[in-house]
Amino acid sequence: MHSRTRTAWLFLTPMIVLMLIVAVWPLARSIWFSFTDTNINDISAGQWVGLENYFGEYGLFFNPNDEEGFWSGDWGISIRNTFGFAVVSVVLETLTGLGVALLLNQDFKGRALVRTAVLVPWAIPTIVSAKMWGWMLNDQFGVINTLLLNAGLISSKIAWTAEPSYALWTVVLVDVWKTTPFMALLVLAALQTVPKDCYEAARVDGVHPLRVFWRITLPLIRQPLMVAIVFRLLDSLRVFDLIYVLTSNGSSTISMSGFVRREMVEYGNMGFGSAASTSLFLIIMLTAVIFLRLTRVKLAEDTP
Amino acid sequence: MKQRSTLATVLLYLISAVVVVLSLYPFVYAISTSLKTGNALFTADLLPSNADLRNYRALFEGVQPFGKSLVNSIVVCFLTVAFAMLMGITAAYALGRIRFKGKGLLLVSLLGVSMFPQVAVLSGMFELIQSLGLYNKVLGLVVPYTIFTLPFTVWILTTFMRELPGELEEAAIMDGCGPLRIIFQVFMPLLWPALVSTGLLAFIGAWNEFMFALTFVVSDTERTVPVAISLIAGATAFEIPWGTIMAGSVIVTVPLLLLVFFFQKRIVSGLTAGAVKG
Repeated sequence: MHSRTRTAWLFLTPMIVLMLIVAVWPLARSIWFSFTDTNINDISAGQWVGLENYFGEYGLFFNPNDEEGFWSGDWGISIRNTFGFAVVSVVLETLTGLGVALLLNQDFKGRALVRTAVLVPWAIPTIVSAKMWGWMLNDQFGVINTLLLNAGLISSKIAWTAEPSYALWTVVLVDVWKTTPFMALLVLAALQTVPKDCYEAARVDGVHPLRVFWRITLPLIRQPLMVAIVFRLLDSLRVFDLIYVLTSNGSSTISMSGFVRREMVEYGNMGFGSAASTSLFLIIMLTAVIFLRLTRVKLAEDTP
Repeated sequence: MKQRSTLATVLLYLISAVVVVLSLYPFVYAISTSLKTGNALFTADLLPSNADLRNYRALFEGVQPFGKSLVNSIVVCFLTVAFAMLMGITAAYALGRIRFKGKGLLLVSLLGVSMFPQVAVLSGMFELIQSLGLYNKVLGLVVPYTIFTLPFTVWILTTFMRELPGELEEAAIMDGCGPLRIIFQVFMPLLWPALVSTGLLAFIGAWNEFMFALTFVVSDTERTVPVAISLIAGATAFEIPWGTIMAGSVIVTVPLLLLVFFFQKRIVSGLTAGAVKG
């Protein structure tokens, strides 16, 4: 069996080398840049500045110039926005996803049709869904304002994507629309592994359906549901494109990824931007570890 | 199957109808907008009164070369997927079929890479792309796209590989087949549905990618479609050409919808393979 092990490593080498080049090396360089004052226009001219980008006079944390406090600065706002967005949209799409999955788990004529329709939002590229919703939510000509006005639900047109108090929640709604199918499909796959006799037995015993759901279904699908939630949580914490296009990357809705890209590419401060991207990386990693610990979810099996 | 009460049936169909309308309406409205021109654009009607294809023509005859962007996207996505599959199949065989030390760690790191925030490598990737001479070249996007397609491809193919019958492989080994022949001659016929699933999902991921494409490419002629759509602008800064934007959106989305409709089962099984252990 010794040769089998050799084969394994031989087969894995190209992939490992590639991942070292395209992921590990750039990550290491990004972390390195975060300790320098590199400008994007002349990368080689960067000088070592130590922790200046993190904790210095104009640094990300404990910045003495932040007179209004950390959470009012753009970086603080981007952290608040990202976590607010991630938590609210993951909670909402878990609920809608569960609902749609329970619906699709019923036997009825036309179920295949509903399932196909549900997949549509998932298949639409994020940029397209941002533009599409941006148009429907347009303050002057958008169909949503027109419908709400005609129904008498609002008295004047609302600037959904521009008004700071609505914009982030508008982004959340569009995200929930787009990602509910993913959640629903994963939950549906889990529901289909629940043995039918469980339900039969409960029905014969006359247990209330809600109780069946709470006591039988939910515990049985807990593990795959949690895995789906972890996937979505990590995905939403790195949100960039939806916010960038839907709200034109305004600073009231900016996400952490948006902040990093703005500092790095638009302002050219590659060193400072890298400090933000490294902090983002650490914050998200920490969140993932804490979440996995709390929910005791195992993502990978060690042995087949 | 148990009998449902009439009320439950009505409710079931009512909820289904709401779900279908909510899922489909935005895209149907986008199609409708793409067919409207002039003042009709600013009416909320779902059926355009006099539909025409002027927006679609404007898209290809405009300042921005949308046709070129389409070709760019198609080429980059095919290359990315082909590359990831080529590297992924043998790696997945090793991870799915062979026991060796360090496998668990390798799998966890793969998952880690596919889930970590891509923006974390942005500056390092910028330097890499520039030093390879690939800055502002659409083909250069294959490099950053490998970050998310390769680990994902390997991860999903591994879960499929694991489920292939062990007897088949044992018999092949008895007959003196080497590992490469096992993969490409013995397993391939069983593996192609998995390859279709994985390839489609990787293709969709690359087709939708926005941040790297926005950052590493700056010329109009080298753009991919998501960036091209986000940059469609009107004659003046105050006039947003919604009709043209929706036309572009429809063109970019329809191929994906067709793929999803034809390969629905494959896509769903690929999506769930990574996450649900049945």
